[in-house]
Amino acid sequence: MCLAVPGRVLGIEERDGTRMATVDFGGVVKEVCLEYLPDLKVGEYAIVHVGFALQRVDEESALRTLELFENLGLLQEEFGDPWEQAAQADAGPAGEVRR
Amino acid sequence: MKYVDEFQDPDLAARLLDDIRAAVTRPWALMEVCGGQTHTIIRHGIDQLLPDEVELIHGPGCPVCVTPLEVIDKALEIASRPGVIFCSFGDMLRVPGTGRDLFQVRGAGGDVRVVYSPLDALRIARENPDREVVFFGIGFETTAPPNAMTVYQARKHDIRNFSLLVSHVRVPPAIEAVMQSPDCRVQGFLAAGHVCSVMGTREYPALAERYRVPIVVTGFEPLDILEGVRRTVRQLERGEHSVVNAYPRAVRDEGNPAARAMLDDVFEVTDRAWRGIGVIADSGWRLSERYRAYDAEHRFQVGDIATREPAECRSGEVLQGLLKPHECEAFGTTCTPRTPLGATMVSSEGACAAYFLYRRLDLPARPTAAAVPGPSLEDSTVG
Amino acid sequence: MLSWTCPAPLRDRPRVVMGHGGGGALSAELVEQIFLPALGGTARAALTDSAAVELGGARLAFSTDSFVVRPLFFPGGSIGDLAVNGTVNDLAMSGARPAYLSCGVILEEGVELDTVVEVAAAIGAAARTAGVRVVTGDTKVVEAGHGDGVYLNTAGIGLIPPGVDLRPERVVPGDVVIVSGAIGLHGVAILSERENLRFGTDIESDCAALGGLVEAMLAVTPDLHVLRDPTRGGLAASLNEIAVGSGTGIVVRERSVPVPPPVASACAMLGLDPMYVANEGKLVAFVPREHAEAVLAAMRGHERGAEAVIIGEVVEEHPGMVVARTALGGTRVVDMPLGEQLPRIC
Repeated sequence: MCLAVPGRVLGIEERDGTRMATVDFGGVVKEVCLEYLPDLKVGEYAIVHVGFALQRVDEESALRTLELFENLGLLQEEFGDPWEQAAQADAGPAGEVRR
Repeated sequence: MKYVDEFQDPDLAARLLDDIRAAVTRPWALMEVCGGQTHTIIRHGIDQLLPDEVELIHGPGCPVCVTPLEVIDKALEIASRPGVIFCSFGDMLRVPGTGRDLFQVRGAGGDVRVVYSPLDALRIARENPDREVVFFGIGFETTAPPNAMTVYQARKHDIRNFSLLVSHVRVPPAIEAVMQSPDCRVQGFLAAGHVCSVMGTREYPALAERYRVPIVVTGFEPLDILEGVRRTVRQLERGEHSVVNAYPRAVRDEGNPAARAMLDDVFEVTDRAWRGIGVIADSGWRLSERYRAYDAEHRFQVGDIATREPAECRSGEVLQGLLKPHECEAFGTTCTPRTPLGATMVSSEGACAAYFLYRRLDLPARPTAAAVPGPSLEDSTVG
Repeated sequence: MLSWTCPAPLRDRPRVVMGHGGGGALSAELVEQIFLPALGGTARAALTDSAAVELGGARLAFSTDSFVVRPLFFPGGSIGDLAVNGTVNDLAMSGARPAYLSCGVILEEGVELDTVVEVAAAIGAAARTAGVRVVTGDTKVVEAGHGDGVYLNTAGIGLIPPGVDLRPERVVPGDVVIVSGAIGLHGVAILSERENLRFGTDIESDCAALGGLVEAMLAVTPDLHVLRDPTRGGLAASLNEIAVGSGTGIVVRERSVPVPPPVASACAMLGLDPMYVANEGKLVAFVPREHAEAVLAAMRGHERGAEAVIIGEVVEEHPGMVVARTALGGTRVVDMPLGEQLPRIC
């Protein structure tokens, strides 16, 4: 449903009263509206959909997810599912949703 | 591309697949809700790589495809009016209404323009004060905030020649509708990651509890899909049904508060028809009272256009996994990708369109890796 | 399913739409259902970029092409470069050595003469680079509002060397599929300049003449089976045309298809598939297996083929269809595009 891609903020400016950013998507640069992520900073990554930054990309979560994929099958034989362990160890963004 | 390439790694995909194979002991039917996820699944051949026990049912999450015939007919009527500049996302131009599509309106002299962002439509309105500029506001919760921004700004800057033809839809009522079907086969959901980037995850625990289904918030790269499947299957195998966020790099529990606030201001919940499925209560948004002046349906008085969906289309059943596409009488006869009756044939990733193509390839309906004619490229040396 | 854009379909229609010029299924239907019956041609003629004709004992390739690009000048080239290289490449795909071009110019009332000067200069420079001469031409002017400034048409002829016979029917299972370099550059460069899509990129069109590259390949062996320059409709359209024309199946190893990262990024952002994006300076070659290595080496020795790679092979299975083996090990059907590719949101 929603094609959105991660891009890195290169610069920020106000235009016609709207907060806009220049965002780099792997060598392609596009103007993006920051009204929904007003505190996004230069250098940070955001998920962009139809010209709007909708959510900050959390680098730590991304790395942790990849690390868990790496360890899948290795740790598991000894310690059980690493995801479940991470979920227990950290109820944060990688964990289960709190009710 | 950072955060994309890493999540397409074939070696890590193999590990995830191994883990899914190790976990699964019996058949499970999962639904990926989002059309973007279906796209990834087909594009990378993920459905062929999963163990036979895991069946993916492609859900109703392509906003373009579920836009009801009636709204498209309204769009065609408005776009045909003299003096109108009709702006739309590119993929909407090809969707057939009754007898024609927006391309044909353009061919007949209508000013129909493709835009990348809704703000481009607003800019066109600023640049053409003597023309009526209409934007076709379709999409789920992800696209609704960008579209909402246009009327918010139009109101703020008093841009009177702009209006929005709204056909927004919401995911949770669709999940609910699927689950309420008496013959529902879906046992777990991969929830749409980018919808949750905006809306957060708090709408889902109640659904998971009520229907006792695991709901795993899932991203869009191949590894994300596999992780969504893996975590759903693990829950099912253990008899659990919780909401899990498997896309934490882009989804927070609370979603995007600024975007949600805008949605609350600009839109109000309404019943909405889904192409080929029918009306789902509270499943859509329309402009709220204070933005009614920017509603293209009112401005162009197309409210009396009422189009019936073709009765022979059974895409609602297909979408729920109750009917295989080729079991439908219209399949391949009155309904083909060029003359689609419903959402599942409109979408190139829709179950019916995919069946249509794979039948031409003479593959089984859900081809296993072994059944696909095996190119020997990996081993071949030239010469 | 006609492409991976969503959704794909178009109903049969009473008027011409842009998709009829997209180089996909609609373009083919326009030719096959309207022009071929009226002109007494055969379906085969629609499947080749240029016609091979005999005249006075010589075998000539003969081709024509029209150019309606917007903007007229874009990163890496202009309508003038396209007009020369497009026809030169169509001739080269028959194995011919391009020799002479005609050039028809349709100008819109009001277009600046400086623009015309620049276009003319580009045509001249491109012709010199490609080693062809523009020997005849024509100019017409249409009223303001009836054209996009400048339209060009070129026709060309070239001599086909003895022993060269390039056509889809010669493709057989076992043939190796080689592409001459990175794909998607031209289409993305043009898209980046489109009014409502505009994005910044270093990507330049790959617009170039391929006559020299083809000569280098034919020097290895005249026995190439078919060549095609994947312009409108991209690699997917060319491969599908050859699969249909040869009645064989084609398997492409997706990981081997050279997609430059910025092209991949632009496609990811707009929801396009690089396999369907236009090229203007690349070719795809179907080569008998025994010659593949030598032809590949010859291509890599030429500046226009330095990044040539093998991307797939011809198989007996699924005749008439192109199947991609994905990086993850799955497969997908790479179907004939229907019309033009459009940015998608889902």
